[in-house]
Amino acid sequence: MTAFRVRRPGRLLAEAAALLTAVVVAFPLYWMVLSAFKPAGEIQSTEPRPWTLSPSLDSFRRVFEQQDFGRYFLNSLLVATAVVLASAVVAFLAATAVTRFRFRFRTTILVMFLVAQMVPVEALTIPLFFLMRDAGLLNTLGSLVLPHLAFSLPFAIWMLRGFVRAVPEALEEQARIDGASHARFLWTILFPLVLPGLVATSVFSFISTWNDFLFAKSFLISDTSQSTLPMALLVFFKPDENDWGGIMAGSTVMTVPVLVFFVLVQRRLVSGLGGAVKD
Amino acid sequence: MTATLTERRPRSRTGRTGATPTGTSRTGTSAWTPWLYLLPALAVLGALLVYPVYQLGLISFLEYTQAQVSGGEPTSFQGLGNYTALFTDPQFRQVLLATVVFAAACVAGTLAVGCALAVLLTRVRALPRLALMLAALGAWATPAVTGSTVWVFLFDADFGPVNKLLGLGDFSWTYGRYSAFALVLLEVVWCSFPFVMVTVYAGIRAVPTEILEAAALDGASQWRIWRTVTAPLLRPILAVVTIQSVIWDFKVFTQIYVMTNGGGIAGQNLVLNVYAYQQAFASSQYSLGAAIGVVMLLILLAVTLVYLRVLRRQGEDL
Repeated sequence: MTAFRVRRPGRLLAEAAALLTAVVVAFPLYWMVLSAFKPAGEIQSTEPRPWTLSPSLDSFRRVFEQQDFGRYFLNSLLVATAVVLASAVVAFLAATAVTRFRFRFRTTILVMFLVAQMVPVEALTIPLFFLMRDAGLLNTLGSLVLPHLAFSLPFAIWMLRGFVRAVPEALEEQARIDGASHARFLWTILFPLVLPGLVATSVFSFISTWNDFLFAKSFLISDTSQSTLPMALLVFFKPDENDWGGIMAGSTVMTVPVLVFFVLVQRRLVSGLGGAVKD
Repeated sequence: MTATLTERRPRSRTGRTGATPTGTSRTGTSAWTPWLYLLPALAVLGALLVYPVYQLGLISFLEYTQAQVSGGEPTSFQGLGNYTALFTDPQFRQVLLATVVFAAACVAGTLAVGCALAVLLTRVRALPRLALMLAALGAWATPAVTGSTVWVFLFDADFGPVNKLLGLGDFSWTYGRYSAFALVLLEVVWCSFPFVMVTVYAGIRAVPTEILEAAALDGASQWRIWRTVTAPLLRPILAVVTIQSVIWDFKVFTQIYVMTNGGGIAGQNLVLNVYAYQQAFASSQYSLGAAIGVVMLLILLAVTLVYLRVLRRQGEDL
């Protein structure tokens, strides 16, 4: 668009609008972190100020001491990591099957993956609850890993297709000529090449698992040592007496890892997503 | 079921028969190889997606309450009884209507904000663009639970900065039905516009500059260029983001649950997802909850079919 002669005042106005929007959009996150560091007196003040002169770690301390947040953090991390690793391997294999091979029912299977993405997973809470109960998985982290693995797979496969397809077939040919088995080609050549795509895909698996609140609420009914972060956070909500400092500190602890992850893979994410949308 | 690695492979193999021993070239791949690769995915999806969908349908035709779950009473087949009960229940119809209107408002808001900001991004230099992109990424990355808690706090009647800023005193946003929905809507738009903005922005950048320059040289106004050149080229992308947004916003659960404390005062802010959850796990009416789930599934299936047709019309080969 550089070739465009945009009138200067127009552009300045647009830039002012962009900056203002950026401030508005970022404000909730700023307020969250700020409130997490405010001392109790300032949070409970009816004259909220957008800064604090005496930051304190009290809220964080309360969160970690009263609520065993560290444990819930580890639980969340464990579940999300398990889902990310498992779905990366399984989705990679499936994406290879549907992009590098022609076989009967290939299109049918692709459409199934697309349709599977649209299933409102929340609606499956009821049958999954009975399934987990029969499998003896209620109150275990496994009851969160398995459903999230299933729900992140269709989208992961759908997104990975573009990355797998982008690897030139000549490479495969070459590997074959050099006497490599297909399995060897798969894991030592294709897998590393598709890794950036896997990272982009993992963000979505990670976030949907990390955010999950409904399954945790439904399947981890009695064993609070298996709780994950979202549920622990809601403990601070009490009728008319919300501990806002605790809620904001807990929210910060829960949000920051995702933010870091997101910013790290941001570029790959946008290009990966562009690929998924175009595909 | 003949599987060849690619269309090209057999041909290149025959072309090189002299160089490669044909017998050993088919290393490790057979007709079953793609199915072997698909096996883990199909097993997981079959057990944890397809089977539960089947179970969901089944439960929706049974009488399934706490008595049946604990084994005290035998399950009995109800036919369409649960669905009749559902559709004659005024609260369900109200919730259904609320869900549709709320989702439509969220989609409209998300698309309007996302598209407007995407256009804005093309008009500014690198620094403001980076600032807006980073802010949007932050909103995008924020978990639904924490996004909800933060927005409730921002609009809190006593300690929130928004009421102070707008001079609303101790107006409670979650007390009234529409103000509570409006608050949730703001949060939903905040966390979902970045996807639209980034995607549409990428789409605009992909429009060839020569076309835009030609139109500008011909004296077309900015608005005219947007309407007659950019917008038609963006239509496929807009279709995709619209349908994705419909699917997401129709399924909103966490935001409503957290921000209105499980569906609002006397259930005034219930949407289908939350309603189904409450029916099943709060009232132990598992079969009614399952029937609601089936209704949602069918609505989203219809949306998906539209999505597929859009993809097809764009000449996508799958």
